[in-house]
This record gives sequence, C-alpha cells and structure tokens, in this order.
Amino acid sequence: MASIKLKAKAKKDIVSVKCLINHPMETGLRKVKETGKLVPAHYITEVTCTKGDATLLSSNWSGGVSANPYLEFHYAGAKGDEITLSWKDNKGGSDTKTAKVR
Amino acid sequence: MNTNLKRRVFLKGSVAASTIGVAVAAGLVTPSAVLAAWPEKAFTSKKIPDAMSEIFGSDVSENSEDVKITAPPIAENGSTVSITIESMIPNTEMMAILAAANGTPLVATFTPGEGTKAYARTRIKLGKSGDVIAVAKAGGKLYSNRAGVKVTIGGCGG
Repeated sequence: MASIKLKAKAKKDIVSVKCLINHPMETGLRKVKETGKLVPAHYITEVTCTKGDATLLSSNWSGGVSANPYLEFHYAGAKGDEITLSWKDNKGGSDTKTAKVR
Repeated sequence: MNTNLKRRVFLKGSVAASTIGVAVAAGLVTPSAVLAAWPEKAFTSKKIPDAMSEIFGSDVSENSEDVKITAPPIAENGSTVSITIESMIPNTEMMAILAAANGTPLVATFTPGEGTKAYARTRIKLGKSGDVIAVAKAGGKLYSNRAGVKVTIGGCGG
C-alpha cells in the first residue's frame, strides 16, 4: 500500500520535508445522504518521522485534519539523509515510507 | 460418496472460519494498542480549556507574537484550510493547532525532535467561521496566537 508521497529537499543546512498521505480522514460525524447512517470514524492518529534512531517530528492528529493530509516541516540536516515517515490510524492501519534527502 | 464429499466441504469450511476468527481477534487487539499512546481525552474534549489541560497540563497561555500562525482570512472550502504554525520561542517542546468553532477543537499536536524547527504546515477542516489557535509550549509556559478564518459556503468569496 503506497499511501505516502514523501519528498525532502535540502537548502543550505535546512531540510524541508513535505508529505502527502492518501487517507479518507473520516471524523465519524458525517452522514451518508441516502441512508442517514453515520460514516464510521477512520482517521490517522499518529504520524512520526525519523532519521535513523532520532525522531524528527512526532505528531498526534484528530479527525480535524483534512482528507488526504499534507504535512510540511523543517529540520537541520543535509543532502543524503535517509528519513522514514510512518502513520497509524484509529482502525489499526499503518504505512511507512523512506526517502532520501535530495 | 455423496455424504463423504459434503463432510469434506464442511470440514474445509470450519477450518476457514476458525482462521478468520483468529484474524479478527488479532485485529481487535491492535487498535487499542495503537490508541494507547494517543491522548484520546484531549482529542475528544469539546472545550478548548479542557483540551489544553489534557495535552499541556494547563489552560493558561500568554498571547505572544512569537507564535506565528498563517491562515487564509477567507476559506471558500472549510474542508481544506491550509494552516502554518511556527514558534520563534527557543526550545519549543510542543505545538498544537486548535479550531475554536469545531465540535472537538483540538486538531493536531506536533512534537519536534532535536534539530527540528518548531514549524508545521498542514491542512485542517473547519466546521464554520472562527478562530484558529496555535499554542506552543516552551520552558513550562504556554504561548498562543490566533487567526480568524471566515468559512464561506458556496464559494462566492463573501
């Protein structure tokens, strides 16, 4: 399952990490128009980005983050770093992606 | 012969069913384990002070221009509102985005690791017009700043 698009680019000694995750991010409050039934909650709760053993960013989310979430952050690093981003959702789903800083 | 065949089908079926049962049981165990580290109480709080107490241990924050929040003044579509938060305060340990008008205000928290800038950009959902609040925790104190976002439905830009 390739749900993550991960790009990291170094400019001087700052690396900007941009990622897009394919995920419905259902809050559990939305109703299906035809049936009036609630769509069960299904959203990402945890997003973590690491470089080797070091955690670059850990983030907790609620269903308030938009569908197909976008995340950008910056860290002090260099070209050639290998970073890994992973997410977990409330239904036990998860995915991981590794990218090299360009 | 006929009964024998049926018996085989029955046996096969039962084996398959039990495997599914095990898989479901395993599946049921994982979500709770995942949620253990996730502050459920904070994310389900309906009031901003409650959510802040759960996540930061306090709901008293100082208004600060060093916490920057960039949000569009008018959002034509409340389901994707681009928000950038940045803290200029040294040693920022944690940041959070709260949407005042949402049913459950706490949207996301960010904990930067060493060497990571206290900066995050993401897209959030806004139920209706209201303030989006950025909170940063540094040195045991809370700093916040807010930006008003007007959500227009229908996309007339008004």
